[in-house]
Amino acid sequence: MIEVFKQSLTLMWQGMLAIFTVIFAIYLVLSLFPKIFKNKK
Amino acid sequence: MNYLLQGITATTWQQLVMFGIGAILIYLAISKKLEPALLLPIGFGAILVNIPFSGALHTTLPGIGEVAGILEWLYEVGIQASEAMPLLLFIGIGAMIDFGPLLSNPKLILFGAAAQFGIFATITIAALLGFPLNDAASIGIIGAADGPTSILVSQVLKSDYVGAIAVAAYSYMALVPIIQPFAIKLVTTKKERAIRMPYNPKSVSRMARLLFPIIVTMFAGYVAPASVSLVGLLMFGNLIRESEVLKSLSDTAQHVLVNLITLLLGITIAASMQADKLVRVETMFIMILGLLAFIFDSIAGVLFAKLLNLFSKNKINPMIGAAGISAFPMSARVVQRMGQEADPQNHLLMHAVGANVAGQIASVIAGGVVLGLVPGMLV
Repeated sequence: MIEVFKQSLTLMWQGMLAIFTVIFAIYLVLSLFPKIFKNKK
Repeated sequence: MNYLLQGITATTWQQLVMFGIGAILIYLAISKKLEPALLLPIGFGAILVNIPFSGALHTTLPGIGEVAGILEWLYEVGIQASEAMPLLLFIGIGAMIDFGPLLSNPKLILFGAAAQFGIFATITIAALLGFPLNDAASIGIIGAADGPTSILVSQVLKSDYVGAIAVAAYSYMALVPIIQPFAIKLVTTKKERAIRMPYNPKSVSRMARLLFPIIVTMFAGYVAPASVSLVGLLMFGNLIRESEVLKSLSDTAQHVLVNLITLLLGITIAASMQADKLVRVETMFIMILGLLAFIFDSIAGVLFAKLLNLFSKNKINPMIGAAGISAFPMSARVVQRMGQEADPQNHLLMHAVGANVAGQIASVIAGGVVLGLVPGMLV
């Protein structure tokens, strides 16, 4: 059980890091969109 | 005459409990209108599979041999083999989502990430309760607040509790209007809930709408390859919608495909709700842990918003963070309602919708991340 608990803590930081990495990368790209693509509508 | 009574004499008390659970789910679906599209089929299916010697499951007939049961066959083909049903449902869900509110205010996507913390907090608690890692992860993914993701992850990780996890996920999604206000009020003051956020959307170019699903798929796929099926099909549906050249396919995805799969998914999930698998102490723990997952998600989103407020000149109403869970659109409506209770002139809906759709993306990424990390820890 202790081993599984330690694995769950590793999963927590690795998982949140992975999610935030993807999300932050998407955020950076989305922030650049208005500069690259002007809305022609 | 024994053959007339064999069903009655073979009924166990656990099966009677399952009949009761099935009846309750049907009642909640019809009378309370809680997620009727899923809870009604799940409830009725629970009754079907718990009738003794049910022909809806594989049975062995003397003199004949094994006879396939439709619900168990649907489960093997539609869920066990390649998780086809929940994944195909994502195409329809993606076609239904308008990411405009998110694209016009990109920082809302960060709340989608923060609100997935409840998944991992719950996995930790489940581990402390003695669940093995695959089951703990499957239980924690209830916090993704997304039915198909919960079913898919628990199936891939070969959890013993797919049925209970599905029921918990869909039930708590329907109960968001009760769960979230409680969680939000635990960590906010009325003054914080009254923070106004003016809505000045930036216009979103068509090119941005077209590139968004492709970019999300690529980024998520490179960091968490296991998420490609989840994120990819969600974004495929969205690309069909945004292309504007496939209107009939988009309409089909949003209506016919979603309805067809939803019709089958609920009753198929019931194949995993046989009494001997569901009526046990662990199910009660799963229901409690699933509730905790939703509460932790909401609290984490709110606290993240408060953290950003320390560095931001334009204050964010912290409730927007709670809208980062995937329960769309209930969570956005909850935040709007609570904002107006604190200040009737406060209109948070579009900000909350942006965070809510961000939660849909983040939750499928979270599912993929869990699928990518957990198997490596099991060896």
